[in-house]
Amino acid sequence: MASADDRSRVGRGGAEGRVADVERSTALRAALAVGIAVSAYGLSFGALATASGLDVWQTCVLSLFMFSGGSQFALVGIVGTGGSAASAIATAGLLGIRNGFYGVQLSPLLAVRSWRRVLAAHLTIDESTAVATAQPTVRLARVGFWLTGAGVFVLWNAFVLAGAIAGNALGDPKRYGLDAAASAAFLALLWPRLRTPLARYVAAGAVVVAVVLTPAVPSGVPVLVAAVLAVVVGWWSGRGHAHPATEDGEAR
Amino acid sequence: MSPTTIWVTVLAGSAVCLALKLAGHVVPGTWAAHPRVARTAALVTVALLAALVAVQTVASGRELVIDARLPALAVAAVALVLRAPFIVVVVLAALTAALLRAAGMP
Repeated sequence: MASADDRSRVGRGGAEGRVADVERSTALRAALAVGIAVSAYGLSFGALATASGLDVWQTCVLSLFMFSGGSQFALVGIVGTGGSAASAIATAGLLGIRNGFYGVQLSPLLAVRSWRRVLAAHLTIDESTAVATAQPTVRLARVGFWLTGAGVFVLWNAFVLAGAIAGNALGDPKRYGLDAAASAAFLALLWPRLRTPLARYVAAGAVVVAVVLTPAVPSGVPVLVAAVLAVVVGWWSGRGHAHPATEDGEAR
Repeated sequence: MSPTTIWVTVLAGSAVCLALKLAGHVVPGTWAAHPRVARTAALVTVALLAALVAVQTVASGRELVIDARLPALAVAAVALVLRAPFIVVVVLAALTAALLRAAGMP
């Protein structure tokens, strides 16, 4: 996860003299920080996925083809709590909408066609978007996007595999508190997105809706109803502060 | 879920997510710049994650249960307030739940 600090550091730097060196080393440091965070994140996802009932193959295929941490966590979370396939797919898809917004920003910046465009789309995630949009020039933005996207893809999938194998070997996930780790993972993903008061109200409302509906409707549905609540509030409230989609994209 | 159903979920979910990514790159994006659309999209993410935190912490199927997950989540929240990195937050939560369960909490 690129933190706001990392991004502003990448974005700073001037245009002359030995600044290029400084820029390269700050970019490298940011990339390293993103790499370590992604590795740890992949490890926990792999372990949680197998704890939720996916086998190692399913976990790896999901990471290779969905390649969006938030959506992947949501999908295995709903599978793990006994939700239907439809609600798991819908929730993962709804969480994936923000990647579409990233694509809108990245498309003119990257200016690629045909198969490269599909590849760029696949690598469009929080981290690559954050690094690309923080660069001072178009050239650096492109380099930042492809390096971060490819780097995260390799590290994420490698560590998901390692986590899945480790999770499989651990046995009963509850004994090791892996179910609580899933709650904490969602909270950590949510945390940086709570900066505006409106976001905090919506989060609180979503918690209430989810808890109240849990005994009343099939598993997976309360989460989707909470999303509907957000659409209603987002569409009809004028006082919230609108911000670009990447602004809240610290963690996948 | 049967292994086949899980496979269908994994593949269909992946297809939906890739299609959404591709749509952003291909569809002309003027509508997406509308503040109302951007704000709604951001809030949907917030609501989904918040609801997932709730369900993952107190739901067991369709039952509401208070067990070791709740204090573990509180520890995670404290860690986030202290700006701990992702892996520390997750490990502390797992450790808390594991210790409480070893001490006899459900």
